Amino acid sequence: MAEPLFSVRGLKVALPDMTRKPLVGRAPLAEILKGLDFDLPKGSVTGIVGESGSGKSTLGRALVRLLEPSAGAIAFEGRDIGHLSEGELRPLRRDLQMIFQDPMSSLNPRHTIFNIIAAPLRQNGLGDRLKERVAEALHRVGLPQTFASRYRHELSGGQRQRVGIARALALSPKFVLADEIVSGLDVSTQAQILTLLEKLAAEMGLTVAFISHDLSVIRRLCQQVIVMREGRIVEASATDALFDNPKEAYTRDLLAAIPLPEIDADWLKPKAPA
Amino acid sequence: MKPCLDIRRLSAVLPNGQRVLRSVSLSVQPGEVRALVGESGAGKTMIGKAVLGVLPKSVRIVEGEMLIEGDDLGRLDAKARRTLIGARTALIPQDPLTALNPSRRIGAQMTDRLVRILGWSGERADKRIRQLLDEVQIRDPERVLKSYPHELSGGMRQRVLIAAAFAAEPRLIVADEPTTALDVTVQKQILRLIAQLQRDHGTAILFVTHDLGVVAKISQKVSVLYAGKMVEEAETAQLFAAPQHPYTQALIAATPRYTDPYTSLKPVDESVLAGLKAEIAAADKDWRPGHG
Repeated sequence: MAEPLFSVRGLKVALPDMTRKPLVGRAPLAEILKGLDFDLPKGSVTGIVGESGSGKSTLGRALVRLLEPSAGAIAFEGRDIGHLSEGELRPLRRDLQMIFQDPMSSLNPRHTIFNIIAAPLRQNGLGDRLKERVAEALHRVGLPQTFASRYRHELSGGQRQRVGIARALALSPKFVLADEIVSGLDVSTQAQILTLLEKLAAEMGLTVAFISHDLSVIRRLCQQVIVMREGRIVEASATDALFDNPKEAYTRDLLAAIPLPEIDADWLKPKAPA
Repeated sequence: MKPCLDIRRLSAVLPNGQRVLRSVSLSVQPGEVRALVGESGAGKTMIGKAVLGVLPKSVRIVEGEMLIEGDDLGRLDAKARRTLIGARTALIPQDPLTALNPSRRIGAQMTDRLVRILGWSGERADKRIRQLLDEVQIRDPERVLKSYPHELSGGMRQRVLIAAAFAAEPRLIVADEPTTALDVTVQKQILRLIAQLQRDHGTAILFVTHDLGVVAKISQKVSVLYAGKMVEEAETAQLFAAPQHPYTQALIAATPRYTDPYTSLKPVDESVLAGLKAEIAAADKDWRPGHG
């Protein structure tokens, strides 16, 4: 297996628990991630799956260092970035990019698509040849050049998500975090976006953490899978092994709960007592 | 047998004249689950709202009929229509949190419909609600009835709304994406419950969803919509065995299946959508209300 881009050991993240915040003073911390160990091999797509509250998004945000771990190490290319300051992270930012769930709220309504894609280029010292770079980014995701002068409201949901991908990839990052990037899209559009990401990840040799609640999508896109529950890793393995031979009961339950688009009269029958 | 719900050539327009429903016809037989499936903008929720008489003011029905157990809603005045809809139908909404009043206890909200609309006594309504909570497998009804919505999990809230929907024995329930906001394992439990109660009570359900997987599991008949137009309708088993319309075929092929990673998740061919749009444009050109 390729050497890891990310090597994570004993990762814990604690966040303020606002439901227990006293009227005056700070909210107590709740441990969201309770000690995770895993590697993300270079050039691979890793699926991170779990139900709501499992900590999958928190994990993603820790990887791109939007959150600071409370314990453990996040080694990126062999260097622990877990406790770097904002200033120290700055040169790493272009290598750690994100594609967001909702392209509507993650694209500035008052900027043209050109400016949306250009902004991170400017900030990361790639402000020369802007037109060329933006044109290339649009081309890469299959959007016509005329879209550069448009605004987000003039685009369909699928086109907006293409812009989100174009912006993330414009910087030629080493790592892309894709957090539920198709859960707001219709199935017909979803398939287009996923096959696009699949193609680009392979072409550009990207390392991707693909967070999703949908195991069907993960099987197609990812080389390995991490199953999470309540802040812990339940099971992590190569994709085919996980689907063909799930070791944990929880993984089997997740798979059995997916309604596949095919007739199965027994699916809704109450579970036979074990 | 009279259909429980019969919609005939229903068309609706926005103030700018744009059609949002295009001569939609469909019927739901008593005790049957009919899925209404389509992508966003297909008009599936719109049809559900039309049935329940809660269309937004901007949407105007310009032709067609809706009959509930043979009674033509169009022939009733507003008050009689509301009474009939209130007595014979109910809704299971998509998002239980927005459907529930955050500042009132669950118990009071569940009996509202029975007491205020159907005129039951408080005692009778309370008894009925407890019975239904038992049917949706809520084991600690006392706690749930005293809770506020935010104190319950998403799955619990949806159970409460399912119980409330079945409480007054409606003939027809409109279920509008009732499991879309839930995790898969909870979704399965909730679908199981809806199917169970639907069978036990003999209730017809118009089940609005975007998920062909859910369609396959819950429904006996299915209508596929696109842009307010009925593309195909069939028995559910038939639809998956041999989908007729290219759009239906494309939708099924686009739906991901972990059992079949490389043949599923096929992007919908542009020509399929172009063909549909042309079909719709041609129909719209010749369309006048009442002559479609």
